[in-house]
Amino acid sequence: MFDQFDTNVILENLHFLIEGMQLTLLLTIAAICGGLVLGTLLALARLSGFWILSLVSSTYVNFFRSMPLILVIFWFYFLVPLILGQPVGGYYSVLIAFVLFEAAYYCEIIRAGIQSVSKGQVYAGQAVGLNYFQNMCYIVLPQAFRNMIPVLLTQAIILFQDTSLVYVVGVKDFLVSADLVANRENRIFEMFTTVACVYLIICLSGSLLIRKLQMRYAL
Amino acid sequence: MIELRNVSKWYGDFQVLNDCSTMVSKGEVVVVCGPSGSGKSTLIKCVNGLEEFQKGEIKFDGISVGDKKTDLPKLRSKIGMVFQNFELYPHLSVVKNIKLAQLKVLKRSVEEADQKTIQLLERVGLADQALKFPAQLSGGQQQRVAIARALAMDPIAMLFDEPTSALDPEMINEVLDVMVELAKDGMTMIVVTHEMGFARRVANRIVFMDEGRIEEDCSTDDFFDSQRGVRAQAFLSKILHH
Repeated sequence: MFDQFDTNVILENLHFLIEGMQLTLLLTIAAICGGLVLGTLLALARLSGFWILSLVSSTYVNFFRSMPLILVIFWFYFLVPLILGQPVGGYYSVLIAFVLFEAAYYCEIIRAGIQSVSKGQVYAGQAVGLNYFQNMCYIVLPQAFRNMIPVLLTQAIILFQDTSLVYVVGVKDFLVSADLVANRENRIFEMFTTVACVYLIICLSGSLLIRKLQMRYAL
Repeated sequence: MIELRNVSKWYGDFQVLNDCSTMVSKGEVVVVCGPSGSGKSTLIKCVNGLEEFQKGEIKFDGISVGDKKTDLPKLRSKIGMVFQNFELYPHLSVVKNIKLAQLKVLKRSVEEADQKTIQLLERVGLADQALKFPAQLSGGQQQRVAIARALAMDPIAMLFDEPTSALDPEMINEVLDVMVELAKDGMTMIVVTHEMGFARRVANRIVFMDEGRIEEDCSTDDFFDSQRGVRAQAFLSKILHH
């Protein structure tokens, strides 16, 4: 079988695959950034002590964590243009879906991170006269994020893999680009093997990085 | 300057503070002692509003601490606090630990804050450790940095919550020395401690607590001249035994 493995089809369509990978990475990074910001706000709301804020936040989190991601992607693909009254394109609708979906997961990670910072540190920030937001920004969150780095990166790897679900609404990410080439050139085996290898390499190196960071911050 | 009137506090059904009243005047050093779980740390944390209390009143420099309208961050910036476990910010260097609140709370300029920081590090004898991180310092050094951090705000009073309890014996004196200096300079201080030698040397008054109550509140001489109650006597005989 491997003597028929046509590497030329990969090389010839390389620019096309790279474009797809660019979109995959862009989507991953944008979703991580948006998800982190929104997730932090949700976590702060959940821990705020105001019952209405924490109710809104926990409802949000429980809702999105009960939904299959693929459903959320579909839903926003049809819903966002309806709300805005104009088409926004597949990319932006899936981006919004990912940010909102990931925020629910990040919220729980960040909440645990904030709670991992000792009460004494919170006191120490308050005692010198920092207000709530200063204390969060300068004392609590930097320590919380440091504790969270391995978990956040693990979630980022999962997200990177999950972006392939944009397939269902036809956004041309890495997988969809490869699929198009595969069908056009009738080289399904070559293309999907390549896709698998690329995902494998990226995710494995991500995992290695996490293990290194974990060892470094273990003490 | 600090006035506590009938302060009571509950954790659920459990009463940690029971009708505590005392006063600390300007320049006075008051040592709070008593068995563990007697409410000393809780009481001292009520003074700058780190802990809430349900009954009574605490006034600091004429401002009511328990009042919902009080600007607590502003009030706290005038009260230095030193903790049992140092609580330096582990992600910031020694210099940044001391500078942070000067910049963010007092809005000092960078130059001004730098100058103050160096001056204080010299005062506690740690100028050469300025760029290290807390984890690289010994316990005694960390606690001295914590004192410098509190002093950087130019507080008008200092609260010490068992500042030497977490230290190895050989490091206790370097911290106590700084505190003695501070007391000599006329700083108003409330010190929760079991260091009776320190108490005898610098305290004007001793407050003895047991089971959430202030059992004794008398001058240092009276306290050590056995004019005290049964509980205080039992406590002292336990800690002065060796």
